[in-house]
Amino acid sequence: MIHFVLLISRQGKVRLTKWYSPYTQKERTKVLRELSGVILTRGPKLCNFVEWRGYKVVYKRYASLYFCMCIDEEDNELEILEIIHHYVEILDRYFGSVCELDLIFNFHKAYYILDELLIAGELQESSKKTVARLIAAQDSLVEAAKEQRSSISNIIAQATK
Amino acid sequence: MEQLKTIGRELAMGSQGGFGQSKEFLDLVKSIGEARSKAEEDRIVLHEIETLKRRISEPDIPKRKMKEYIIRLVYIEMLGHDASFGYIHAVKMTHDDTLLLKRTGYLAVTLFLNDDHDLIILIVNTIQKDLRSDNYLVVCAALNAVCRLINEETIPAMLPQVVDLLAHSKEAVRKKAIMALHRFYQKSPSSVSHLVSNFRKRLCDNDPGVMGATLCPLFDLITIEVHSYKDLVVSFVSILKQVAERRLPKSYDYHQMPAPFIQIRLLKILALLGSGDKQASENMYTVVGDIFRKCDSSSNIGNAVLYECVCCVSSIYPNPKLLEAAADVISRFLKSDSHNLKYMGIDSLGRLIKMSPEIAEQHQLAVIDCLEDPDDTLKRKTFELLYKMTKSSNVEVIVDRMIDYMISINDNHYKTDIASRCVELAEQFAPSNHWFILTMNKVFEHAGDLVNVKVAHNLMRLIAEGFGEDDDAADSQLRSSAVESYLHIIGEPKLPSVFLQVICWVLGEYGTADGKYSASYITGKLCDVAEACSNDETVKAYAVTALMKIYAFEIAAGRKVDMLHECQSLVEELSASHSTDLQQRAYELQAVICLDAHAVENIIPSDASCEDVEIDKNLSFLNSYVQQSMENGAQPYIPETQRSGMLDTNFRSQDQPEASLHGLRFEAYELPKPPVPSRIHTASLEPSTELVPASEPAYPKDTHQVATVPSVSDAGSSELKLRLDGVQRKWGRPAYSSSAPSPSSSTSQNTVNGVTQIDAAGSVISKAHKTNDSRKPRVEISPEKQKLAASLFGGSSQTEKRSTSASHKVTKAVSHAAGKSQAPKSAVVSNQVTVEKTIHQPPPDLLDLGEPAVPSTTPSVDPFKQLEGLLDPTQVSSTANHGAVGAATESPDIIALYGKTPASGHSSSAAISLPTNGDGVNFTAGLLDATLSTAHAEQLSV
Repeated sequence: MIHFVLLISRQGKVRLTKWYSPYTQKERTKVLRELSGVILTRGPKLCNFVEWRGYKVVYKRYASLYFCMCIDEEDNELEILEIIHHYVEILDRYFGSVCELDLIFNFHKAYYILDELLIAGELQESSKKTVARLIAAQDSLVEAAKEQRSSISNIIAQATK
Repeated sequence: MEQLKTIGRELAMGSQGGFGQSKEFLDLVKSIGEARSKAEEDRIVLHEIETLKRRISEPDIPKRKMKEYIIRLVYIEMLGHDASFGYIHAVKMTHDDTLLLKRTGYLAVTLFLNDDHDLIILIVNTIQKDLRSDNYLVVCAALNAVCRLINEETIPAMLPQVVDLLAHSKEAVRKKAIMALHRFYQKSPSSVSHLVSNFRKRLCDNDPGVMGATLCPLFDLITIEVHSYKDLVVSFVSILKQVAERRLPKSYDYHQMPAPFIQIRLLKILALLGSGDKQASENMYTVVGDIFRKCDSSSNIGNAVLYECVCCVSSIYPNPKLLEAAADVISRFLKSDSHNLKYMGIDSLGRLIKMSPEIAEQHQLAVIDCLEDPDDTLKRKTFELLYKMTKSSNVEVIVDRMIDYMISINDNHYKTDIASRCVELAEQFAPSNHWFILTMNKVFEHAGDLVNVKVAHNLMRLIAEGFGEDDDAADSQLRSSAVESYLHIIGEPKLPSVFLQVICWVLGEYGTADGKYSASYITGKLCDVAEACSNDETVKAYAVTALMKIYAFEIAAGRKVDMLHECQSLVEELSASHSTDLQQRAYELQAVICLDAHAVENIIPSDASCEDVEIDKNLSFLNSYVQQSMENGAQPYIPETQRSGMLDTNFRSQDQPEASLHGLRFEAYELPKPPVPSRIHTASLEPSTELVPASEPAYPKDTHQVATVPSVSDAGSSELKLRLDGVQRKWGRPAYSSSAPSPSSSTSQNTVNGVTQIDAAGSVISKAHKTNDSRKPRVEISPEKQKLAASLFGGSSQTEKRSTSASHKVTKAVSHAAGKSQAPKSAVVSNQVTVEKTIHQPPPDLLDLGEPAVPSTTPSVDPFKQLEGLLDPTQVSSTANHGAVGAATESPDIIALYGKTPASGHSSSAAISLPTNGDGVNFTAGLLDATLSTAHAEQLSV
């Protein structure tokens, strides 16, 4: 089971956190501090896994962003690496060659996508197409709602999309 | 991934307002992004919190604005600040009718709230409504929230609807419903146990996504209960076959692999189903073999599947062909340049080594490379592997390496881990007593505060009982070498408390036993220890008790006791201590010293820590006292169960309706819930109420049952008063179950050792020397690494012996292995001979033969050998006082009993006239002392 997903920038800034196991706010801060200390300092050639308090943290760096997932001792690390990649590919498709800024400003969308991919700490959908279709369906509903209200900013937003 | 196209993007974002967000929000994100330090970031966020607090409570906020506030709250929370003031607004937003807002609301609450949050109750109704919605997207959003927010109490409210959704027309909904049900199962298996068949049904869903999702709960179910799913083996195999043959839609392909994530899950399930089941495994061989062949080993995902195959192969009933394929994969992993693959290789090597031990030998150099790799993760994994392949021939090298590594790291969690592994290995495979003591010293010195207290108690027990053979000389030698090394080490500053406790205990028990050191020397050292740790009461207590023992032994031996001056002042100081425990010990000491030799011998018999203590559970020795009191008009004793009858009925009446009214309860007022904590307490309390020390073999089992089966614990708790529980737990020590795991494991270890020892020393000594001599030169010529490899793997023949000795082809494997690894030609014959010999011989006591260094260094005299004493009551009674005092404050009947105890310890003849082990002593002893529990383990791991 995946216990949490973290996106941390190279400078140690948090870009996204999703907790599938219960952690208090204090614990979360501690986890973030500890793990960013460990992961950000690791060299490029080392393996993408860190053993941490009886769990394993699998991380992968994309440009300046580290994607980390914390899993159980007996889980398959290589698979998790691919789940991370799977997520990135979906983000990429959604934002159109995604970059860190997309995620910074649209972190809630990143959350929505993650929710279609993982649920309760397990991979729920391994087909990119299905995830994309669901997200698109949600977005279209959202867009429809926006149109109804027809605010100017919405029209601009749509036009530029 | 493409590189950042930073500047253009940023400009675009700024001007467009992102995807419809206000400038304010974008500014916030930007300023956070530009913050130079954590402090600056915090300042910005705090300011933002202030703003939001003000704004969000304004009346009539337009909904769109509100949505943005909520997202800003999410942002704040993500950065690690507290946004709890806004939770209620997020909850409100879930009530909204439009999907856009609802979705934001759900996102926020799933991120904000854990399933035990008070606000959940406000969302339950909304979720119920949304689960009935016509719009499948609303249902999906609600199901997402269900997975995150619904707890044990609210499950019944959701359950019927979620089950209905399993048949929804949209596959996305079915999938999420499955996952929600899985979540329910994880949180409260009993609530959905009747619905388990639904998972089976959904396995046949025509949407591969739903089928894939179903594998998650099935995996969990099968992990718990394999047998009821054996019938599914064929289905799983055929699904896996179809997946591997690319029968699934193209969209499930990932990097040219057909649905690899589903394959991995299926392989995991097959590994469980095939474990130890030949028939089931035979169904799997073909498909697993196919996957081995088809997997593309150049891509990461291909390797992930291959790794899972190896795991599967090493778990199911062995098949030579598959094992071969797995070995190939492993060697490919280990030879790879990628650290990830090396890591996986080491891991899978550790799995396969159980099946075919000889495989390690081919990869010895690769393993050594990994061990010396700068990558910490890889190193640790390799230590794990070494831990798995440790045996008596390489234990020294491996444990030394582990300790070196342990000293070099700061990560306390891992330090604890590796320290306990070192201890375990040392206990199992120690080649000699001397080495064992030295190793333990090192572990304690560097990780003493981290290791489990149990380990310390085990060590004391080991020293007290010896290595399990009936060889008093060896035992006393062990003790002497322990005493010697402790006296050597005792002067060092900053020793961990646990270690000092061990030192004090051993010095007290055996410091003067071999006559090498005078009582005054030892007592002097003990006083130094007590003075040095003026803050540590436990160590002081151990030290005082040790002093008492030494003086007692002196008196019993008929020598005149002169208390050292520093000793006297220590005792005086302690008799005025704030700690009642220390006070009592000091008084006891003073009392004991004034007694004559005969009495002292009865109170503190020498070398008696291993004797069993018989416990009079009925406290019949008190009968006359009770009788007397009753005659004087005292109230008769009312058993606790009857006395607290009132309390119990209350307690139950709270408990029972809870179960029966389960369906409705979430709408009623929440009652405070006592049962959860009390379960734990009962588990820890049970033994102490019965006054049964750890010796009772049933005890560990009992607690286990109590802990796992709620109904049992409920019954148990009804006999106890609630308040008592808390007290016991506070005062109780975790040391209790120390002997629990050892009996079963140590027997197996012993047999294992019987075999392994044989080949270490079973050969005639001269022959052993010869083989050693002939091996050494070869080793020395080769480079450093090979040397290490040889010491680690050189004896791999022995593993083979160890594992195969149980199987049918012993002689063949053994002779083959012996021939292979003990290179010299002459040795081949001799080894075969010895092996054959040893098979017929009963395992002799060979510990010391294997290690020539020991006998020379330690004297083997044991003047106290003839003293067959019993348990050491002082130690017991005094440490036990913790518990007695604690319990006494709460429950009157324990006070009454307790009234008896001090008598045995300090002053007066009452207890002393009791037969050797005053039952009063034993009674309190039952509560706590670990040394007592050490006394009972029948067997020791070598």
